[in-house]
Amino acid sequence: MAPGSGIHIEGLSKRYGEGAAAVDALKDVNMSVAAGEVVGLIGPSGSGKTTLLKCLGAVTEPTRGRMTIGGEVIYDMGWKMPDLRALRRDRIGFIFQAPYLIPFLDVTDNVALLPMLAGRNNGEARARALELLTALDIAHRAQAQPSELSGGEQQRVSIARALANRPPVILADEPTAPLDSERALAVMRILDQMARQYRTAIIVVTHDEKIIPTFKRIYHIRDGRTVEEAGEGRALG
Amino acid sequence: MISLAGRDILHSWGKFVLTGLGLGLLIGVTLSMAGVYRGMVDDAKVLLNNSGADVWVVQKDTQGPYAESSSLRDDVYRGILGMRGVARAANVTYLTMQVRSGNTEIRAMVVGFEPGQPGEPNYLISGRRVTRGHYEAVADVSAGFAQGDRIRIRRHEYIVVGLTRRMVSSGGDPMVFIPLKDAQEAQFLKDNDAIISERARTALNPALNRPGVPGLLDAINASQANSRNVNTVLVDVADGHAPEAVAADIRRWKHLQAFTRAQMEEILIAKLIATAAKQIGMFLVILAIVSAAIVAFIIYTMTMGKIREIAVLKLIGTRNRTIAGMILQQALGLGLIGFVVGKISATLWAPAFPKYVLLETGDAVRGLVAVMVVCVLASTLAIRAALRVDPATAIGG
Repeated sequence: MAPGSGIHIEGLSKRYGEGAAAVDALKDVNMSVAAGEVVGLIGPSGSGKTTLLKCLGAVTEPTRGRMTIGGEVIYDMGWKMPDLRALRRDRIGFIFQAPYLIPFLDVTDNVALLPMLAGRNNGEARARALELLTALDIAHRAQAQPSELSGGEQQRVSIARALANRPPVILADEPTAPLDSERALAVMRILDQMARQYRTAIIVVTHDEKIIPTFKRIYHIRDGRTVEEAGEGRALG
Repeated sequence: MISLAGRDILHSWGKFVLTGLGLGLLIGVTLSMAGVYRGMVDDAKVLLNNSGADVWVVQKDTQGPYAESSSLRDDVYRGILGMRGVARAANVTYLTMQVRSGNTEIRAMVVGFEPGQPGEPNYLISGRRVTRGHYEAVADVSAGFAQGDRIRIRRHEYIVVGLTRRMVSSGGDPMVFIPLKDAQEAQFLKDNDAIISERARTALNPALNRPGVPGLLDAINASQANSRNVNTVLVDVADGHAPEAVAADIRRWKHLQAFTRAQMEEILIAKLIATAAKQIGMFLVILAIVSAAIVAFIIYTMTMGKIREIAVLKLIGTRNRTIAGMILQQALGLGLIGFVVGKISATLWAPAFPKYVLLETGDAVRGLVAVMVVCVLASTLAIRAALRVDPATAIGG
C-alpha cells in the first residue's frame, strides 16, 4: 500500500485524564486505508471508536503516534499540523449518522459551501456541487431545501458535501443507521463508487449488520486496540 | 461566499419578522419618548417665538410668568414704554383654568392680551383676530374648539372667532386668548356672594368705615372689585437696540425682573421641563437596557437552536469569524427590522398623543446607531457561546 496516499496511522494513543484517573481510550492503534478503498471500523460501545474517529477527523489531538493524510504528516510524536481547521476543510470529508445538512441552505449550497469556504468563487463551487449531485443522482433536487428531502436523499447530499473539496479521506459515522436494507446498500454502493471515482479513502464506522459483509477489509476495535481482518467483500451489484 | 446570516433570515423570515416587530414596537416607544421630550422643548420655543416679545418683564425676584407666578400693576408698562430702546410694551395675563363648551370642559391656559400688541397670537389658521374689547376669543386648535363655538370662562361666555396652532403652555395645555380686561376680571374677580360678604366685612371694620369720612367705604369697595394686576409686560425692542441692554435698564431703573428670550428659553427648558426631561431620560435608559436584554435573549436563543449546525460548520472548517459574523449580522438585521418598524410605528402613533411629539431626524439617526450598538453588544453573548462549541460534538457527541 502506498504510504503517500490515503490515511495511515501508526502507534496512535489517546489518554484522557492524568494519574490514577487516567483512561487510555486508544492504545497503539495502527491503521492504513489506501486511496480508493472503503474499510469498515467495527466495535462495541465504549471500545474507542468515537475517540479514534475524532483523532482521524483532527478534532481531538492524540497523546502519541503518527498520522498522515495523502502523504502529509498531521501528527507525529507530539507535533501537530498548525492549521487543523483548514485540514478538516480541504483534506477530510465527514458523513454523519444523521445528515446534519444546514437547514437554511438549499441542496446545491449545502454542497457548494465547502468549496466556497476553501476560497473558490460561487460559480465554480456551484458547478462542483452540481457535478457531484449529478453523480449521486440527486441533481433534480438541487434547489430543494433539506427539509423537503427524504432520509435517503439527505444522506446522498451529505455524501456530496463530504466529497465537495475532493478530500483524500472521508470519515463516515454510521451513515446507514437510519436506512432500510435496500437504501443502506445503495449508500454503500455510492461510497464504493465515489471512492474509486475520486480516489478517496473511506472509513465507515458501523454497527450495521446489513453492510458489514460488503467490506473487503475490516478493523475491529476493542478496549482501544485495533485488529485488522479480511471482510467478505460481498458484491454490491 | 454565501451570506449565511441572510439565508438563515430568509429561511425563517416569519419568526424573524415577528421578533423584529416586537422589538420594533419597543423601539417605537423609545423613539416616541424622545419625541415627547423634543415636543416639550419645541413647544417652549414656539411659545416664546409666537408671543412676539423680545423681553419679558415680571415681578422682582420671580422667574415668571411661565415658571412661577408673577404679579405687576397694570400701569407699569407706561413707564417701560418711555425707556430707551423699547418699541412696544403690553400687559399680558396668564392663568390656567377650566374652560367649558357645552357639556365638555377642558383645561386651558387663558391669556389676556391687548389686540395689536405683543402677546397676541401672531398667526391664525382660520377665522379672524379679536377685534372687540370683550367676549371674543382665539383658541389653539388642540383645545378642540371650532370657529363660532361659545365657550364659558368663569361667569362669561366668549365666541371663538379664530383658531391658532402650536400655542400651548409648558404643561401642554392649549391656550385661549381673550381681551386683557376680560382676563383680568376672570383672574381676579370674586363671585357675587363673596363680594357681598366682603363688603359686609369691610363695612363692619371701623378703620375702613369711619364716621365723618364720606365716600371712603365706597372707594374701598370699588378697589376690591377691580383688578389692576397683570402677570407680565411683554416688550418689543426697537431696531438697533440689544434686548440684553433693554432688560438690564429695566432691571436697574424699574426694580423689576426682566428676561431676554434666551434667558426665558433657559428658564423654560432647563428649569421648568428639567424634571420631565430627567424622567424621560430615565425611561430611555431603561428602555435601552430592556431592548438590549431582549435582543441578547433572542439572539442567544436563536444561536442555541443552531448548536448542531454550528458544530458541523466548525467541523467542516468554517472560520470562527464567519460564524461570529453570521450571528452579528443576524443581530444587526434584527435591529434594523426593529428600527424600521419602530420608526414607522412612532410616526404613525405620534399624532395621537395629546401633547406634541416631535420626531427629529437627528434623534432617529442617533436611535439607529444606538440600536446597532445595542445589537452588537447583545450578540456577544451568543457569539461567545457559539465559539465555545466543540466541533467534536458533531461526531457522536
